[in-house]
Amino acid sequence: MFYRENGQFKISYSKDQALLTISQDKFFIFALVAFSLLIVPFIASDYWLTAILIPFLVFTLAALGLNILTGYAGQLSLGTAAFMAVGAYAAYNFQIRVPNIPIIFSFIGGGLIAAAVGVLFGLPSLRIRGFYLAVATLAAQFFIPWLLIKVEWFSNYNPSGVITTPPVTFFGFIIDTPVSKYIFILVIVILLTILAKNLIRSKIGRSWMAVRDMDIAAEVIGIPIMKTKLIAFAVSSFYCGVAGAVYAFLYLGSVEPDGFNIDLSFRILFMIIIGGIGSVMGSYFGAAFITLLPILLENIIHFLAVALSITISSAVTSVLQLLIFGALIIFFLIVEPHGLARLWSILKEKLRLWPFPY
Amino acid sequence: MRKLSFLSFIFIFFLNHLYAEDSQFFGIAGYRVGPYAAGGTPFFTGYIDYLKLLNERDGGLNKVNITWEECEFEYNTAKGLECYERLKTRGKTGPTAIHPMSTGVTYGLMDKAPKDEIPLITLGYGRTDATDGRVFPWVFPLVTNYWSQASAIIEFINQKAKDGIQGKKIVLLYHDSAYGKEPQNVIEQEAKKLKFELVKVPVPHPGNEQQSQWLQIRKERPDWVILWGWGVMNATAIKTAQKVGFKRNKIVGNWWAGSEIDTEAAGGKVAKGYYAATLNLSGSDFKVVQDIKKYVYDKGKGGNEKYLGTVLWNRGVVAALVTVEGVKKAQSKYGNKVMTGAQVRWGLENLSLSKDDLKKLGFGDMVPPIKLSCENHEGAGLTRFQQWDGKQWTVASDWIGGDKKLVRNMIEKSAAQYAKEKNITPKCL
Repeated sequence: MFYRENGQFKISYSKDQALLTISQDKFFIFALVAFSLLIVPFIASDYWLTAILIPFLVFTLAALGLNILTGYAGQLSLGTAAFMAVGAYAAYNFQIRVPNIPIIFSFIGGGLIAAAVGVLFGLPSLRIRGFYLAVATLAAQFFIPWLLIKVEWFSNYNPSGVITTPPVTFFGFIIDTPVSKYIFILVIVILLTILAKNLIRSKIGRSWMAVRDMDIAAEVIGIPIMKTKLIAFAVSSFYCGVAGAVYAFLYLGSVEPDGFNIDLSFRILFMIIIGGIGSVMGSYFGAAFITLLPILLENIIHFLAVALSITISSAVTSVLQLLIFGALIIFFLIVEPHGLARLWSILKEKLRLWPFPY
Repeated sequence: MRKLSFLSFIFIFFLNHLYAEDSQFFGIAGYRVGPYAAGGTPFFTGYIDYLKLLNERDGGLNKVNITWEECEFEYNTAKGLECYERLKTRGKTGPTAIHPMSTGVTYGLMDKAPKDEIPLITLGYGRTDATDGRVFPWVFPLVTNYWSQASAIIEFINQKAKDGIQGKKIVLLYHDSAYGKEPQNVIEQEAKKLKFELVKVPVPHPGNEQQSQWLQIRKERPDWVILWGWGVMNATAIKTAQKVGFKRNKIVGNWWAGSEIDTEAAGGKVAKGYYAATLNLSGSDFKVVQDIKKYVYDKGKGGNEKYLGTVLWNRGVVAALVTVEGVKKAQSKYGNKVMTGAQVRWGLENLSLSKDDLKKLGFGDMVPPIKLSCENHEGAGLTRFQQWDGKQWTVASDWIGGDKKLVRNMIEKSAAQYAKEKNITPKCL
């Protein structure tokens, strides 16, 4: 009823190949983009922008990167945070060592260096699979932060290996207010999402999925396994690298290698598991679930405590929040093992049939 | 009816907020949950206990009531920043001053806090070069910073060692992280200057297995070991030292390796003789601790009595002291009312606590006298050493300053580089 594609005929090839073929989808996505670009900056408080929306967007980007590798190409990786670290440190070095380099080139450069490192650590994937590959990518997770601390050149000889990012300017605009940072990151995320969506529909994306589903069969029908896997590593690490650079430059402003630890890698992995493996939309859902829900829970608990005039210590709040959060994750995985993205498509299906389901 | 009572709850909720408006609000981002809860809990308990004492005993700060809110961040940087943003919106004038108590959060707030005009107090951690207040006007690495401490440890060994440190072999056993790398530059330069041999032995995080490191130390046969550890690494180091037969009274820990948690986890007696640096003395004989017991705990309002007088609880009390004294100093200029972040910054920068002032406040010898200026946001730069006697810490030295000139030069150089990277023109606010 609400979501019906009846009567929407694709009368040309370009219409058939469009990203969003159904007009309801088109309307919804454009409205969402317009809302987040044009209205959110005016209504959101600084707290919402800096503490909630910016980290959400950054983690979405990282989750998108991991989803390309794990969800589409089927290569399990635990090195996401390390690739983010490479992106952050590389972008920092581009900014301070190349005079007058535009920030966008630094971010792209950071992403490309991360891609190169990703390919390097992706080489074992040609021989090993599944959990064994996860362990091999774990090597990146431990090696890269260690290297960044060890070699002082990377942090411009900071005594403790910490980098503080120089101010970000974009065509003369100084990006330092929460609103400008938010818009800047949002535009990057939108552009990279469109790129990812298109990559996945292209020949490369289809060969990723073929390799994921059965690599021997893929090889038999003529897909070059080595090239496909390494491209997956490169593209995924590029996304993670850009996410890391954005994380350092526009969210934290200053990072230490230890910040990119295994916990962060796991967090991003949980995002794609909960959001939906092998779904671009799922990266958004997962990042939202993991970053927003704890804050929402904490605010609800705080509000209840005040409303019922009982004092709950912050430690209890935190434990309660972990309990509820953990229970919700288990609940979701039991009810919908394919993630929130699958729930979304079920909802769409339901809306299509409503009010006369058969 | 039910709806009505719910509405009245909301009404009371806002009324509370209105009522609370005329108070000095202290925003606290703390951690009592997670991997470092053992260190965070006593610190934040002490911090809040001192605020409670002021409300109970003095009726607040020059009659301005004190309120606070604690936000739990579990030592997680992203959560810490969320806490900061949340606390920023509470209270009439924001969170007064923030103690990040975590390296990650400190670095994350370095750029944000000045824009929000909120002072950052990093008591015994954080960026050492923030001591140069011309480049970092909003950051206060109060009492003593890492480099001063490292230099003081060398001086302490120089005093303790038979015929000085020259020609001796020193092992620096450090947590292999940004934190563990921080003192190395200073100690290397001291090694050149004082002519001792330095061997650096890293311990990977978390450091609960140090057999190979201590075997290497045994092979090296050093005269002293400096332990620059964190968390579980400290107790493991002490236990493993006993296993390989290295004398504990030849090990000097830094102040994050020098609390009861570390020595008791090593088994109490095993740690006997172990030295550790500190920027505040432990013990509950100080008048302020007795007052907290009398006015807060005896009224049943305290946090947890078992922490009273421990190293980290006392450090929390000291952290509250310097914050509160910064506010009071600001009040002496701007009047006895609620202070804003910018006013507190001025108060902190002009803070001066002489020996007599500390005595009057009931702190006695717990902390060294503190005097800040625009160039010097550290205040004291003095470190004291304690020795574990098997049950508690005993004082083992006077306040030691280390090589101040060397440290100051390094700070200015590092701060200047930061200013260059960030396009900051160093100046006093």
